[in-house]
Amino acid sequence: MTVSPESYVALSAVLFFIGVVGVIARRNPLIMLMSIELLFNAANLALVAYARAWVNNTGHVFAFLVITVAAAEAAIGLAIVTMTFRRSAHVDVDEVSALRG
Amino acid sequence: MIVFWILALVLIASAVFTVTAQKPVYSVVGLLANFIALAAMYLTLQAEFLAVMQIVVYSGAILILFVFVIALLSSGTRPFEVGPDKAPRILIPALAIAVLTLAGLTVTALHTPITVVSTATTNGTTGDANAFGSVANFGAALFTTNLLPFEVTAFILMVAVIGVVLIAGDATPGAVEGRRKKRRPGVREPIVKALRQAQDDNG
Repeated sequence: MTVSPESYVALSAVLFFIGVVGVIARRNPLIMLMSIELLFNAANLALVAYARAWVNNTGHVFAFLVITVAAAEAAIGLAIVTMTFRRSAHVDVDEVSALRG
Repeated sequence: MIVFWILALVLIASAVFTVTAQKPVYSVVGLLANFIALAAMYLTLQAEFLAVMQIVVYSGAILILFVFVIALLSSGTRPFEVGPDKAPRILIPALAIAVLTLAGLTVTALHTPITVVSTATTNGTTGDANAFGSVANFGAALFTTNLLPFEVTAFILMVAVIGVVLIAGDATPGAVEGRRKKRRPGVREPIVKALRQAQDDNG
């Protein structure tokens, strides 16, 4: 008995939900970045599940590209966190308002 | 079947732990468990190469980056004790948005017709050299039909590296020169001076 693709996609939706809660409700920028990684992973799981369902490699390639973008995003996000900390000695996303219009 | 449910349980539990942890280091540990369980989940979906990439890139590179930033930022000071989270104040709107996202995703996903192709047409199972999702299979797809996205990936990474150097590098004018001037006189200068003097004496 194999697991249906719907189960994988539903699991992916649940993981995405947890990640969205993390991004919205936490104020620590590092945990917000990690929640964004959770979002990327949920999307990747859906891509791979559909790739398996249709036996099509393109989903794998797209998931690979998503991993690359996630790496770039983590690097730049952590650089921004480092720079913000260097300027203000406390890292709280509510108090970072230098670019507010 | 049972593997799926065990892995799903680990994935959800570690994700919840990541989001609710009090310190970022605990979040990193939860995220590590999440990534490893997801790699195992990829194996059940016949995506061998992606499982390896998941371990190498996420657990090996991105998490190490997180750990280093936490270690460097927390040394000496305590920048992450910033008071209570926003959770009590905006928990209801956050949950509303997230539940709407979940409902939309689930409804969309479950109403998409999926024609499941049986394993027989995937040319073997996980571990076979030419099966669906193996390294050879993935590489053929990546370097023939999807070559342009792969090359765009290189460009994205280069832009990210340049951006990180611009953002986090020491951008104050004269930083490099100042650092050079402040260098302590080492053992090299007296030796060079003595050699030059000896040359002058000889010549």
